[in-house]
Amino acid sequence: MRVLEITRASKLFAGGVTALDDVSLTVDDGELVAIVGNSGSGKSTLLNIMGTLDAPTSGAVEIRGIDTRDLRDAELSALRSRSLGFVFQHFHLTAELTAAENVATGLLYAGVPRRQRRPRALEALDAVGLAHRVNHLPSQLSGGEQQRVAIARALVNEPSLILADEPTGALDTATGARVIELLLELNRAGTTIALITHDRQIAAAMPRQVEIRDGHIVTDSARAL
Amino acid sequence: MTNVDITPVRLGFADILRVGLIGIRTRRMRAVLSALGISIGIATLVLVSSIPASSQAGLEERLTALGSNQLRVDPLPQDEGTVVLPTQSEAMALRIGPVTGAAMVANTHATVRRNDRVDANQTSGLTVLASSPSLLATLSGTMYEGTFLTATNSNAPVVVLGSVAAQRLGIDHLAAGQPAPRVYIDGHFFAVIGILDPMPLASDIERSVLIGWDVAEEQLGFDGHPTVVYVTAREDSVESVRQVLAATLSPKASGLVQVSRPSAALAAKEAANETFNGLFIGLSGVALLVGGVGVANTMFISVLERRKEIGLRRALGATRRQIGAQFFTEALALSALGGLAGIVIGTLATLDYTALQGWPTVIPFATIAAGFGGALVVGALAGINPSIRAARLTPTEALATS
Repeated sequence: MRVLEITRASKLFAGGVTALDDVSLTVDDGELVAIVGNSGSGKSTLLNIMGTLDAPTSGAVEIRGIDTRDLRDAELSALRSRSLGFVFQHFHLTAELTAAENVATGLLYAGVPRRQRRPRALEALDAVGLAHRVNHLPSQLSGGEQQRVAIARALVNEPSLILADEPTGALDTATGARVIELLLELNRAGTTIALITHDRQIAAAMPRQVEIRDGHIVTDSARAL
Repeated sequence: MTNVDITPVRLGFADILRVGLIGIRTRRMRAVLSALGISIGIATLVLVSSIPASSQAGLEERLTALGSNQLRVDPLPQDEGTVVLPTQSEAMALRIGPVTGAAMVANTHATVRRNDRVDANQTSGLTVLASSPSLLATLSGTMYEGTFLTATNSNAPVVVLGSVAAQRLGIDHLAAGQPAPRVYIDGHFFAVIGILDPMPLASDIERSVLIGWDVAEEQLGFDGHPTVVYVTAREDSVESVRQVLAATLSPKASGLVQVSRPSAALAAKEAANETFNGLFIGLSGVALLVGGVGVANTMFISVLERRKEIGLRRALGATRRQIGAQFFTEALALSALGGLAGIVIGTLATLDYTALQGWPTVIPFATIAAGFGGALVVGALAGINPSIRAARLTPTEALATS
């Protein structure tokens, strides 16, 4: 099943910068795609467009067959809340909420009743190996643990696609490696993931690599096959 | 998993509140400081509305204790032929059904001096009144020292001093075991047998020297006609007694007699002292507005500081409206907390002040409710613009904040 289909998307910014130029990309259920590129290559713009956080200047983005051009802001938000999960480089955890509360925030906007949120948050924390840290505040967790909480938050609502933007960028190599291991594990269990990185070594460990340079997709291992 | 639900989610009230309170819960000191202005405004409002209300209740309580059921009959002064009240006025008044007490006094136009060596023109502004023995009870008066005039000593050369008269004559107490002090009235010495406590409802009595009816007639050439008659009536019939009193005591010329209610006059005088309260209500309104500016300021800072959080929530699926609601709720909650704190502070201050003054505590609920509502309106106005700003941030702008 197709999760995401981007057709001939371009993104122009004010001042005439073309961040993305005629990009087409598809992601199917169960894939783990690494989108690799140097800084300024347009990979963050691509992630924003894949995640419906930003709209392309031209071209189409379909999520599960729904053309996002037809949606109002509120509908797009609802789509994100149920079908997409995000993992950011700097975790973006709310400092004053416990790990379980941070994860439960991922269910709030999807309309999950309050009674179900905590049990599901605990389940997601268990899935990332943090069952013993549920009531800790972010400041009481290591960087790797904080990123695991963020992954649990992205995972908790069983989205169609998880978008991870440089998830190891703020971590040391060993910790980063364990986070990558976790993502591979989650993918083996069925989660569809798109990972953005500048690190070719990390990308090489993934089943599929898409390389982006100057706003163009230059190689896609899935198409090359 | 194949069908994607894109119907926007409506957050429940509890969730909106919980999310809206995060900013306050996590930045408590700032919340306290920014709500302070509103607290001060509301506390002022509570104070300026409660203190006059309590003072009014205190006044009513005091008037009741002094005797709000008193009436006083005065002939109106005329160029010629001022009405003369009958010598039997007291007995006549007592025949009116609801009348519970009556007393009369008469100005003897005599002068009083400390002794015969004081200059005859130096009267200290004091009046010599002949008084019936029932005066003390009728005016709910109390003795500071000694005893009042009685039916048996009505022809004895004794006097009772009003509180001011005692002061002016320099007789501040009656020393036990020593001869009673004397005063000199029109060639005769009178022994002082009592001093009255102050009488707020009858200040002319305070400035008088009271002598017995019979001795006044015998020694001062007094004609026996009272110049003022005091009457007390049952609380529920004071007004009806008032209406018939003039006709009873002066059947031929009831229009030339004035019947007044001293407690009503005193109440009106005290009420006049409270007109400045409008000024303070205005001041508390200004404090509320300034408080609103404080909340607006805090909200702008809050939105700036929490751009990343806004971005994250947008990525997690929050709609513009939900982000706006979060910050609007925060502004409302800030002003509501400020308002509640103000009510508590104002109430405590009122309790303290009324206890000090010995008044009953009256806190007008309607004013407080209006003030609290005003605080919420101010908070809402302060929250609108920052909330709209927060809602308008695009997810990428918000997330891109370094």
